[in-house]
Order: sequence, then structure tokens, then C-alpha cells
Amino acid sequence: MQHDTLVEIRDVVFGYGARPVLKGINLTARRGQVVAIMGSSGCGKTTLLRLIGGQARPGQGSVRVAGESVGELDRAGLYRLRRKMGMLFQFGALFTDIPVFDNVAFQLREHTDLPEDAIRDLVLMKLHAVGLRGAADLMPSELSGGMARRVALARAIALDPMLVMYDEPFAGLDPISLGVTGNLIRRLTDTLGLTSLVVTHDVQESLKIVDYVYFVSEGVIVAEGTADEIRASDLPYVHQFVHGEADGPMPFHYPAPTYAEDLRLGVQRA
Amino acid sequence: MNRTVLDLWVGLFVIAGIGSLLFLALKVGSMNTVKAGNSYEVVARFDNIGGLKPRAPVKSAGVVVGRVADIRFDNETYEAAVTLRIDKRYAFPKDTSAAIMTSGLLGEQYIGLEAGGDEQKLKDKDRITLTQSAVVLENLIGQFIYGKAQEGAPQ
Amino acid sequence: MLRRSIEGLGQRTIEGVWRIGFAARFFGAMLLHSGTAFRRFGLTIREMYFSGVLSLIIILVSGLFVGMVLGLQGYETLQRYGSESALGTLVALSLVRELGPVLAGLLFASRAGSAITAEIGLMKATEQLSAMEMMAVDPIARVVAPRFWAGVISMPVLAALFSAMGIFGGYLVGVHLIGVDEGSFWSQMQGAVDFEQDILNGVIKSVVFGIAITTIALFEGYDAPPTAEGVSGATTRTVVTSSLAVLALDFVLTAFMFRGIN
Repeated sequence: MQHDTLVEIRDVVFGYGARPVLKGINLTARRGQVVAIMGSSGCGKTTLLRLIGGQARPGQGSVRVAGESVGELDRAGLYRLRRKMGMLFQFGALFTDIPVFDNVAFQLREHTDLPEDAIRDLVLMKLHAVGLRGAADLMPSELSGGMARRVALARAIALDPMLVMYDEPFAGLDPISLGVTGNLIRRLTDTLGLTSLVVTHDVQESLKIVDYVYFVSEGVIVAEGTADEIRASDLPYVHQFVHGEADGPMPFHYPAPTYAEDLRLGVQRA
Repeated sequence: MNRTVLDLWVGLFVIAGIGSLLFLALKVGSMNTVKAGNSYEVVARFDNIGGLKPRAPVKSAGVVVGRVADIRFDNETYEAAVTLRIDKRYAFPKDTSAAIMTSGLLGEQYIGLEAGGDEQKLKDKDRITLTQSAVVLENLIGQFIYGKAQEGAPQ
Repeated sequence: MLRRSIEGLGQRTIEGVWRIGFAARFFGAMLLHSGTAFRRFGLTIREMYFSGVLSLIIILVSGLFVGMVLGLQGYETLQRYGSESALGTLVALSLVRELGPVLAGLLFASRAGSAITAEIGLMKATEQLSAMEMMAVDPIARVVAPRFWAGVISMPVLAALFSAMGIFGGYLVGVHLIGVDEGSFWSQMQGAVDFEQDILNGVIKSVVFGIAITTIALFEGYDAPPTAEGVSGATTRTVVTSSLAVLALDFVLTAFMFRGIN
């Protein structure tokens, strides 16, 4: 396994308008690894993927992929870099107006001049890798959630990217699909020599397959380590997250005035 | 949807569109506008043009030979100066006369050209000297009543 | 209270100006990235099927009925002045100059415009546009521009079909039902309808309407909030805004085109 860095994020600060989402994030992913970014919903994990894919630019700090600073690339440079990235969106984001086959063939047709025969072979190979060669002629609306996710994965790896990002690949899947998807991510990473960046809040499933984990909370990395280190961690936040406890350092309540104040207890009513 | 079926439908769609444009162009409308390149302009002056409008037809023996290009009021002679744009294919003698006519009793007004006998033909920017103004119905009726009154008056 | 409402007005003005600016940039980007729509004309043809061919039925049927009504009502009015023979002129001129482009535009806005907005809005809501961007394919070039050009090409075709169908409807009612003389119906029409002044101007109108409707529809879809309410709101706004745009543009164009005629 090569141990050089593919994705490097240094001191990134980012916010939508006045609301800060990321407040100084440091993160590294080496080639060939499956790296998970965990945290509760709405903590800025997806934003991190958007920064790596160049769909948003960091306010401060740098995001480097394969040595190139994503935030400073022009349009052409960004599109060149994106051809080497794959992204699996939360619900697959398959093109609903064309069949599975054309979905997977999309990038091959857009970016290459391959003859239709070669495209057919490549698409069937990718679909075979996710176990859905037989579904090539179905429309996306005929697929189950787990199958759609796998088709989207086949589409993401169509151009043999160096980096694949997964946005909540386990969300809304039944336990069987969950295991299938998890194994698939691990297997594809190893056999195709990819680097995988998984954003998830499904701890148990992802701890089975990842090499390294980052915990994000309120815009900063609160913990990191290998899967075993995380399982053994006694940091309160990680403990709460791994064991799914309702209350802890990550509060159950959204920030609000005190309960008594909100109910106007002790206030003279006019 | 099969690609070729799609292409076929769109092809039919465009053909239908071109077909209906052709229908509009040939059956509904006509290429009335006489192009500046294939025409010559002559000016005719009238005392009264009645309800004549720009783009009204210019006819000779009932055939449309041109259009009224412009109508202007001449502040020196107090006449209407009407510019006629006539198709180059039709040449008229120099002493052709122009009259403002009405198609039917209440129809649109047009200019009728009556060819003369001159050897020389009208050229661009020439003037038609012999003109006959529009018949204004009110004047006609007025004259008629006046005439009747005269007839009936005791001698 | 007063201060609040003034603040609200100010905020809405700023948002409005911001949106106009965004729409202008969107329009520019769409024209700039139109290369794909022509280089791979198959994409545009596909969209012409959806916005043009699928609008055919409603356009043809409406055109026929509008023409028939024009025939009936026009005859009713004209016969009072004894000029029934001008029926052809009346039907043809009102269709070719105004009703063809305008009604076809309104129908196009509600049939194709709303569909375009809903489709683009849903593609955005389900992250299909983001996915495309991440696959290094520009959605403006790949998705938006072909729909724009398809609309711009389809609209004059639909308007011409509407006018032709309407004139046919007026002919059916006027000549066959009421019994206006067929010869004078057509010849009076030909005498009054000018190819350049009337028919070409009608075509220009329909092209302008096509540009306005598809731009509004595409922009509303592209700008829609990625939620169910967002997309449905955008679809409604497309129909309302583009219908108003058609009527307002029609007035402006008519004022320019037919000034000085008659």
C-alpha cells in the first residue's frame, strides 16, 4: 500500500453567510485508505465533501487533492480534477430519465471518444462489480434504494477515479443492503486502488471497513484514530456517538433560551 | 423512447411547421411588398387623397402593379404628395394619369393608373402630372342636394 | 411598525435586484455554453420532442377552435356592415399578427414551460445537477442550453401551426357552415395579409416569446429551493411570470412593428 497523501485539508474555515460551519479543520487521507468522517447530522460533513469536490471554496485554509489546491483552480482545472474523482450522493442522484446502463455510461460518453462497443463492455464491467449487471435495462425508478446506491457507485467509478467520496452511503438502507454496501466500498477500494472518503453517521457499519476515522463536531475535529482506537476511546463525545447515547457532550436540545424563560415562568402576564 | 422514433417525430414536427409557414406565405398572404431594388418611384400630387393609406395598392386595368410608399403634405402647394413604388416589370408612358379610386362603395381606396400615349416612359423620381383626387362622398351628396335645390327654386 | 414595513420593502427590493442580476448571469452563461446544444444536436432534438411535439395536440386543437370562434363572431359583426367577404381578412390578420403567437405562447408556457421548471427543479432537488457537476459535466451546457434552444426553435413552429389551424377553422365555419363565398374569402385575405409585415412579424414575435418563456422556465427551475414546496412554487411562478411576459412583450413588439401601418 502506498502511503502518500491524496487529500490534505489544512485549517479550513467555511461558513454559509454569517453562519460558520467549519472552524479550522485538519484532515488527511492517504492513497488506498478508506477514511470515514463521522459526526452528528448537520455538523458540516457534507460541506467538507463539497469543498474537496470544488463545489464550494474555503474561506480560509487550503484543500489539496493530489497536490492541487482545489480552492484556487479555475473552471477548466477544476473540471480536469473532477474527472479523477467520483462522488456517491446520499440518495444516488441517478438521472431518472435514462436507464441504468446510460447512467453508468454517462461519463464515458461525455468525456471519452470510445466506440459504443467499448463503452458497453466497460459499463457491464462496472455494473458487474456492484452485482447489478442484470439490471442494466431497468429505469432508476424501478430500483430499490440499495440498488440505486450501488448503481450510483458503479457510475462514480466509471472513469476509474483516484478518489471516491460517499455522502451518507448507509442512510436509509436495510441491514442486508447495509452490509453489501459496506463490503463493496472496502472491496472496490482495495481492488481498484481507490481512495475512499466516507461521510456517515452509521458508526457500527463503517467501523467494520474503515482504516481511519475523523469525528467532527460543531465545526472542529474532536477525535481521530483507527477503527480500533475509536472503539476503545473513552473520550466522552466518541463514547456517546459509538454507543448511541441520547445525552452527553452532544446535547439533546438545540441551543435555546432556558426552558423556564421560554414558558415565561416568573414573568408577570399583562 | 427509441432515438430514431424521437428523431422521426421531431422531423415531422419541423416539417409541419415549415409546411404551415408555407401555407401562410402562399395561400394566406402574398409577397405584396415591392422590393426597393426591383421598383421605381414616381410622385403624384393630389388636391385631396380622401382615405388613402400607405401600402394601398396601385392598380392599372385592375392589376396590382405597385404600392403607395409614402404620403406627405406639401406645405407650399397645399397638396398631398403621394410616392408610388411601381414594379420594374411595368413601364408606363410619361403622360399616364393617376386617380384615387374606391373598390366598391365603401371598400378600401387605391390608386388607379390610366396609361397615356407618350413615347417616353416614366422613370425613377418622375412626376405624374395628370391626377384626379378622391371622390369624397359628402361633397358629392352636398352637390347633389344643392343641384336639386337649384332645380326646385322658382325661376 | 412603519419602520418594519419599510425594512421589509427594502429587503424585498434588494432580493429582487439580486435575482434579476442572477437571472442575467444565468442567461449569459446559457448563451455562452450553447456550443454543446449544437455540437450534439441530438440533445436538442430530444428536448424538442418534449417541449414541441408533445405540445402539438393542445396547439392544434386550440388553434382550430379559436379559428372557428373567430369565424362565427367575425361573421356576426361583419354582416351588419355588409362586408362578410372581409371575413377571411379578419380571421387571418388577427391570427397571424396576434392570436397565433400570443395564444401559442400562453399554451406553451403552461404546457412546456411548467414541465421544464418542474423537471429542472426536481433534478436539482434530487442532486442530479450536483452529481453532473461532480462528473465534470456542466449542467448549464448539458441540461439547460439544449432545452433553451429546443424551446426557441419549437415556439415559432407551434405558433405557425396554431395560425394555420386557426385559419383553417375560420375557413370551415365561414365558407362551409355559413356560406361566405370561398373565392372572396381567400382573395380578400391574400390582398390584406402581407408576408413581411404580417407573417414575418408574427414569426419574430413567436421567437421572442420562445426565448422569454424558456428562459423564465429554466431559470425558475434552476433557482428553485430544493424542496417539494420550492419546486411547486417555482412551477406556478413560471406559468404566471411567463404568461405576463408574453402579454407585455406582445404589446411592446406590436407598438414597434405595426406603428405607421394603417
